[in-house]
Parts: sequence; C-alpha cells; structure tokens
Amino acid sequence: MVIVTAFEPILLADIKKEASHTLRVYQQSAGYQTLKQALVEMTPEQVQEVVQSSGLRGRGGAGFPTGLKWTFLPKDHPGPVYFCLNADESEPGTFNNRILMEEDPHQVIEGTILSCYATGASTAYIYLRYEYPTSLERLQNAIDECYAAGLLGKNVLGTDFSLDMYLHRGAAAYICGEETGLIESLEGKRACPRIKPPFPAVEGVFRKPTVVNNVETAACVKHILARGADWFRSMGVPADPENPRDAGSYGPKLYCLSGHIERPGCYEAPLGITVDELINEFGGGVWKGRRAKAAIPGGISMGLLSADEFDCPLDFSGPGKYGCLGLGTAAVVVLDETVSMVDFLHNSCRFFAHESCGQCTPCREGTAWSLQMLNRIKQGQGRLQDLDLLLEIGDSIGIIPGTTICGLSDGAAWPIKNAIRKFRSEFEIYIQRTNPKGYQATEPVQALEIIGVH
Amino acid sequence: MANENNTSDSQVDVGRVLTDSMVRQIRDLFVRYPNRQAVTLPALHIVHEELRHVPLQAVVEIAELLELTPADVQDALSFYGFFKQDKPHGRTRVWVCRSISCALRGSEEIAQHLCDRLGMQPGETTADNSVTLEVAECLGACDFAPCFLAGSRLHRNMTRESADRLLDELTTDGDRDSV
Ligand SMILES: Cc1cc2nc3c(=O)[nH]c(=O)nc-3n(C[C@H](O)[C@H](O)[C@H](O)COP(=O)(O)O)c2cc1C
Ligand code: SF4
Ligand code: FES
Repeated sequence: MVIVTAFEPILLADIKKEASHTLRVYQQSAGYQTLKQALVEMTPEQVQEVVQSSGLRGRGGAGFPTGLKWTFLPKDHPGPVYFCLNADESEPGTFNNRILMEEDPHQVIEGTILSCYATGASTAYIYLRYEYPTSLERLQNAIDECYAAGLLGKNVLGTDFSLDMYLHRGAAAYICGEETGLIESLEGKRACPRIKPPFPAVEGVFRKPTVVNNVETAACVKHILARGADWFRSMGVPADPENPRDAGSYGPKLYCLSGHIERPGCYEAPLGITVDELINEFGGGVWKGRRAKAAIPGGISMGLLSADEFDCPLDFSGPGKYGCLGLGTAAVVVLDETVSMVDFLHNSCRFFAHESCGQCTPCREGTAWSLQMLNRIKQGQGRLQDLDLLLEIGDSIGIIPGTTICGLSDGAAWPIKNAIRKFRSEFEIYIQRTNPKGYQATEPVQALEIIGVH
Repeated sequence: MANENNTSDSQVDVGRVLTDSMVRQIRDLFVRYPNRQAVTLPALHIVHEELRHVPLQAVVEIAELLELTPADVQDALSFYGFFKQDKPHGRTRVWVCRSISCALRGSEEIAQHLCDRLGMQPGETTADNSVTLEVAECLGACDFAPCFLAGSRLHRNMTRESADRLLDELTTDGDRDSV
C-alpha cells in the first residue's frame, strides 16, 4: 500500500514557483533537456517503445493505452500526420488540465513535442475550450517562446525534426471533447462525432492519420522520457494477472476534488488511492463537519458511489467494480447528506440534454425525455412508474448497449442508473410526498417545455 | 456599420461588416491549416469578439473569404449556441456556472437572485447593454465553486453579495438596485 502523504508531486512539482509558466523558470528545472536528449539520442520508434512499455493510459477519460494507440498509425504513410492535443476539458467536476496549462504550460508542450516526434506528426493543434482565457494567454505565450528559442518550427533544436504548433479555440460545446467531435470542429464543421472505424489514427483530421491525446497524458509523456518506463511502472496498481484484459493503472494521477469538501483542489497521487483517502487525507473531509451521502468518482458521466462505497480505489478498474462507468477524468465530487438525489439527477440530466449533439435518436430523445421527467418529478408531478421509464432510458442509450455513435450517452445513462438503483427509496419517498394524489397514476402526463439555455 | 478608421479606398461598400483588420486577421490564419474551411471557427471568433455577434452579412463575407457557401458557415455557427446572431450581446458576458460542483454550492440560487434583480431571464441583456447574463455548464474551475466567468475574468467562490458587487461594477448605473 502506498503511503499517500509521503508522495512527491511530479506533474504539479513546479506549479507554485514564481512565474512557473515562463520558459525561463521551466528551463531552471531542466526544461526541454529531455526533448533535446530524445531528439539526438533516440529514434521516434524508441520513444514510442518507452511510452508503450511504461503502461501509460490516456488521462482524458477512456484510459486507452497511449503507446498502443500510436502503433495504430499506418506505417510508411506519406503524411502529413496530425497531432491534436485535447484541451477541451469540459466534464463537470474536472479542472486538472486547466491547472497544468495555466501553471506549467511548457511541461505540456514538451510532452506534446515528444509525442509528435514519436508519431511523426508535423503539425500539432491544441484544441482549447473557450472558457479558459488564462490558459489561452499562457499557452500562446509559451508557444511564442518556443518558436523564438528554436523549440518549435523548422528544424527543432537544429535537428531534422520540424513541428508547427497552433492553438485552436472551441466555442463552449462539451461534445468537442469527444475525439472525433473535436476533429469535425477543427475542420470547421458541426461537432458531430464520427462513426468509427475508421479510427482517427487511420483517418482523422483532414482525412489524414491523427493522434488525439489529453493534456495530462502529454505531461506524463515528458516525465516518462525523463525518468524511464520502469520509474512510471513503479507507481500505481499493476495489471491483474487473472484478467488478461486489464492493462494496469500506472503512474501519478491528478485527482480533482470539489463539491461539499473542506479543501477543494487538484491533488496528485499514485493511481489507486481510495475515495476515502482523497476526501480525508487531501480534502480535509466533508465540509461543515457533515457526513457524505454520495460521490461522483470521475466526472459526472461516471455515475455515483454511495457513501458506503468510498473504499473504491480510483484506478482504471476500480469504479467499474462498484457499478460506475469507470475512472473517467478522476474528478471526485462530494455530495453531503443534505443533497436531494432528485436535484442531483435533475442537474445531470439537464447537462446531457443540453450537450447532446443530436445526431443519434436514442441520445437526443433519451436525454431530453429524461430531463422532462426529472423536471416533472422535481415539480411534484412525478409518478412511481417514471423511475422505471428512466431506468429503461438509462439501459438503452449508449455505445455499451450499442445504440449510439459516441460515449456521451453512456455518460448520460450512468448517473440515471446509479442514482435510481442506489437511491431508489429516496426517489419513491420524494414522489409520494410531493405528489400524494398522483404518484400511482399511469395515464400519460402532458410534457413540460424544456428550458433552453445559451 | 463600416469601419470608421478605414482609409483604404478598396472598401467602399457600406453594406460590408467585416473590417480590413478582421479580414487581415482571418487571412493570417490560412497558413495554419491545409484548407480554408478549418478557419471557420477562428473567423467566427474574430468577428464575434469585435461585433459581439455574427450577423448574417458577416456569415456571407466569411464564406467568401473561406471559399465556402454561406450555408457551410451558417451550419457550423448554428451548432455552437455560443455565437449570437440576431443582436450583439452586452459589453460583458457574465456566465454563471450551473453544473454540479457549483450547483452544490449554491450557484443556481445566485443565478436566480441576479435574474430577479435584473428582471430578466438567462440569455437576456440589460437595457443599457452593459451585461448579458448567461448560465454555463462547468467552467472547469470547480475548485472555486460557485464561479462565474465575466468576459475573460474568472470570479471565484461567489456569494450573493459578491455577485451583486460584480453586477454593480459592470452595469453603468450603479444604482440599479433601486430600479
Ligand atoms: C462526450 C465525451 C467528451 C469527452 N471530452 C474529453 C475532453 O474534454 N478531454 C479529453 O481529453 N478527452 C475527452 N474525451 C475522450 C476523448 O474522446 C479521447 O478518448 C481522449 O481525448 C484521448 O486522449 P487520451 O488517450 O490521452 O486520454 C471525451 C469523450 C466523450 C465521449
Ligand atoms: S451519442 Fe449523443 S452526443 Fe454522441 S454522437 Fe450520438 S447524439 Fe451525438
Ligand atoms: S461545476 Fe462549476 S466550474 Fe465546474
């Protein structure tokens, strides 16, 4: 068992330094030395091998092994190959990419340049969500510094490797974080995710081979190259030998903690700490001395853990064992004992109804319908049978049941399924109390208008 | 609508809404992408930033620059609820986060309070055009919940009182309370 508090931050090591976002300060802690060494001493294949053997899995939500994803690029393709850094971070509860980009953007850029070298990419686009103006400013400044210092552009550090890097700003749409939604948006279109295959590695942006990686993934790449694959594998939870499909959970992770917690924040720890440890050892416990009722384990899409499930380890396979969708973005949101599950689920359904891109009927209609039902329940017109209807929606939308193009709808389904299955009696009591005359009704109820936003 | 500072004689058509500076900024981006369609979103941002909306005439002009049909540009624009089209948003756009971490710490009550105070719904603009009040999904600053984004400034750990003060600062007539 890792002793959590003795852990020395790696990704967050320098964020408290004065002017940590500048090239000058980054170079004081050996910034870009790793890149220099890799470009001179290693082939792209060797860089790729180191990342693959480190066991690094993507930090953007899906947890796909990074090195393996890179091997899917076609060999000997005439190019160009594109790299997209996914900085759309919009999963409710998640803010670790923001901290990396604001406080240590050069770490992210060095990891991105290394990733581009490994994958043969000649252009990198950073797809940055609109709502991050400080990240925009600091990343742009960092990119400008890199061009001036010969770290970007033609012949990086005097080698044969050339790379251009551009910032591309989103426009406040969650679906642009889904990698093919991102690609469509980058191409100047509606951000409707694509049917896969072909996967982006084969045919991505501008119909060329494309790698999409998360900001934190890129930061990890830098440290793996600096310290080696074995160092990375020494942290976290090894693969389960009984389960050939488990790729393990290695390395440090940035956990986001918010909601009803004493000290909200972004905390770095080896993969695999429990929800309890995160809340109590890092977050100072539930706020106001109250007790917790539930927690979101990894962004709202991942569903809910009830308070008696807080021994759940936050590694890639932990939350799944507790009925949640997965680790997601490892963003934990704490709900204290005063929270109404009706309010929680209403908030979740409203988010997904608003963010569905609308191209798959089960997702477009399912998210809108579940919001209508939650609106009705919240306003005291709920019926007990609504709970089964909600579960039916939850069980039938998503790529897991196989009815939709992307994972947004799985993310919409999980909070519904977990909230109702884990807290059913609370919903029933609420409905009976607020709708004493009609809770048993079965005839259709007139639909309410959806409240539009933006 | 035309650029008042425009001294070049090339642009005399008063119906045009894109200024020379906007056109230059848009053209400067062409080298970044293998085709011009990819400049759609950046071009919309450039226009939106200055005009606080993207009128249909701007869509037509952007399409011309990018060698697209106006429908291509309008198709993309209309996907992103972010871009205003009918009329400009106020001088400052104030986004109040309503997603889970902020809602758990009272953001919806603060948003309601501001709506009541201003006598308007989310998405509407004050009569003096100073503020457009909007609700937003997670702003990626849940460590500072409840939070607002006003223009390009993040306002952290908001309360009714600090929200009132922010509104006072942003609205030209500070005594809006008494209205
Ligand atoms: C609805 C939806 C939203 C997503 N949003 C993000 C996001 O904001 N940032 C991100 O890195 N990945 C996001 N992802 C995951 C990406 O599709 C993709 O897996 C990831 O960017 C790959 O990078 P990684 O392997 O480094 O994690 C999202 C996925 C879905 C289905
Ligand atoms: S699942 Fe939903 S968000 Fe994803 S492509 Fe289909 S409609 Fe769009
Ligand atoms: S929920 Fe409001 S900033 Fe994340």
